[in-house]
Amino acid sequence: MSVRTEEMVLNMGPQHPSTHGVLRLELTLDGEIITKVVPHIGYLHRCFEKHCEVMSYPQVIPYTDRMDYLAAMGNELGYVIGVEKLLRIQVPERVEYIRVIMAELQRIASHLVAIGTYGADIGAFTPFLYCFRDRERILNLFEITCGARLLYNYIWVGGLSHDLHPDFVRLTKEFIKEFKPNLRELNNLLTYNKIFIDRTANVGILPLETAINFGVTGPMLRASGLKWDLRKDDTYSVYNKFDFDIPIGEGKMGTVGDSWDRYYVRVLEMEESLKIIEQAIETLPDGDVTSAIPKKIKPPVGHVYSRVENPRGELGYFIISDGSTSPFRVKVRAPSFVNLQIMDELCRGHLVADVIAILGSVDIVLGEVDR
Amino acid sequence: MIYDFLNDLTGSPFIAGTITALLPLFAFILPFALFAVLLERKVAGHMQDRLGPMRVGYHGILQTVADIIKLIQKEDIIARNNDKLLFNIAPVLTFAGSYAAFAAIPFSSVFLGANIDLGIFYIIAVTGLVVAGILMAGWASNNKYSLLGAMRSAAQIISYEIPTILVVLSVVMLTGTMSLYDLSESQSSYFWNWYLLGGPEFEIQKFLLIPFMLIGFLIIYISTLAEVNRTPFDIPEAESELVSGYHTEYSGMKFAMFFLAEYANMFAVSAILVALFLGGYQSPFGYLGNLLNINWLIPLEQFFWFTFKGIFFVFVQMWLRWTLPRLRVDQLMAASWKYLIPIAFFNLLIIGIISIL
Repeated sequence: MSVRTEEMVLNMGPQHPSTHGVLRLELTLDGEIITKVVPHIGYLHRCFEKHCEVMSYPQVIPYTDRMDYLAAMGNELGYVIGVEKLLRIQVPERVEYIRVIMAELQRIASHLVAIGTYGADIGAFTPFLYCFRDRERILNLFEITCGARLLYNYIWVGGLSHDLHPDFVRLTKEFIKEFKPNLRELNNLLTYNKIFIDRTANVGILPLETAINFGVTGPMLRASGLKWDLRKDDTYSVYNKFDFDIPIGEGKMGTVGDSWDRYYVRVLEMEESLKIIEQAIETLPDGDVTSAIPKKIKPPVGHVYSRVENPRGELGYFIISDGSTSPFRVKVRAPSFVNLQIMDELCRGHLVADVIAILGSVDIVLGEVDR
Repeated sequence: MIYDFLNDLTGSPFIAGTITALLPLFAFILPFALFAVLLERKVAGHMQDRLGPMRVGYHGILQTVADIIKLIQKEDIIARNNDKLLFNIAPVLTFAGSYAAFAAIPFSSVFLGANIDLGIFYIIAVTGLVVAGILMAGWASNNKYSLLGAMRSAAQIISYEIPTILVVLSVVMLTGTMSLYDLSESQSSYFWNWYLLGGPEFEIQKFLLIPFMLIGFLIIYISTLAEVNRTPFDIPEAESELVSGYHTEYSGMKFAMFFLAEYANMFAVSAILVALFLGGYQSPFGYLGNLLNINWLIPLEQFFWFTFKGIFFVFVQMWLRWTLPRLRVDQLMAASWKYLIPIAFFNLLIIGIISIL
């Protein structure tokens, strides 16, 4: 009698603790080895792009918040830069500085969630709560600035909704001072933990060639070894005034482009973001943040593509204006959506447990994938 | 011990047997589980910069009681395609396995369910039942995640039993007894008599034995950690991968049975460690009862020391759980077959050579 084996199809999600939202992965397993991964998306689709066509330009901003809800400031920034390009207006220096501070604080908050949940995926629950403790402080900073903790509607076309709170600079400095030792503690607890390295190094290796072919951006691309960061390479706002490095994956614990590199690039980026915030706070110019806000936003006929380096990669907005008060079309290039395509390529031949490790290192936000 | 006493008292083996069997459950396992669940949540809370349960009772001490009341009230869900018979037997079997182990655990020189000559052998054999329960649960749940979890669990428990047994064997070889009572009695009174520090005989061999006993202790600690499915070996119930592994489909009191079994098991393996290496119920510094000439104090002190040592190791298990990430299933197997088992074998060999010197 011959023994027959067959592949098992395992549904991971949409209700699964580690799919980071409502992603459904259809895994085809040979024993515990993955032979195929098919991501099914769309559970969180909210017609963002269609909505934009019937709303005025400022009304779109709260909707951009809800895409990558862990990095709402970055989303607003990208959209607003696009509209300002269409309108051809200059914003005051102070506005640009505050925008950079907010975007970088948001990057730290977003990366904290990314690495915290990554630790939880691997089985270390304590770093997750340490990360959330620190993120909480950033959210408090946002709260005193604009009243909201997650979805801000803070960066407006031509300015900001509020000026900084009088305590903001002091509190931010305090946060930076206390966050640095916490980051070291996190590194000792998780980053250099032998078991953590065993679980993530040499898992889900993404070669640079493949990464570029799939259009992968952000920390994932940098972890594969390419120094590509829009803040430097296609600079926007006032990023050219600050001195910071762009960390890339070096394969310190395994191969270049493995999950550990993707994780570690995020850790290093947080340090670089701290540098930017420190510099921006030191040189923060005075001025009025609402002076340049136009009374009526009615851009001339034309189109623009604006892109910013969000925590998850290149966030692009293609905005077409037909001369009316609402955009004719807003197309979003969402980094999570593009990065998610790599899953099948990365997971093949790995074990089920590695799917979690890889998905965590890709770091997707379903709000942005489905929009 | 207790059985003999009760048998003399009541003259009925049946009554004596029933009481002896129920005693560890009501006098120890249930209160311990109540305490341990709370301890776990408090340890986790304080390690993670938060407070843990605070609402029910003073600092949340009644939280577990509230939880159990909640679990009792819950609907006992059996899905349509579950194998009902196995689904119902599995939690009982799992709990029975860890519960039966308590029969041979010497809490003090008078509080010992049954002084079996093959005590340690009995415990290892009987806790093997747990694997059968887990496999049944995984299979009967008719859930792919549960099945994967159960398969992993069976593989894990079986492979980690080998290093455990090898280390147990080295101690048994040294002492020539498998009775946990005799083992505990021989390490009497002071901590330098513990087998962790070479045993009670004060000779040159003792000093030669110390490093190998330490190695053996480490091996058995790691492998018992794997046997009770605790982090970093909690792969069977890896919540981020397999949701909850083999007990995903269970609800209400059946789930509580698995939960209780897990905590009972945590103490059972700690008790084995304590009895083998850390003097069992013996006090490390001599007895207050001897000093004050109060005889009835000694068993109480012994009970205190045994539970103290046991709970200390349970605490270490919790500490590890909230610190370390989780291994992958192949790394877990490699750790056992490539490292622990060969080292345990050599350790056994060397201890054998030293003991015949």
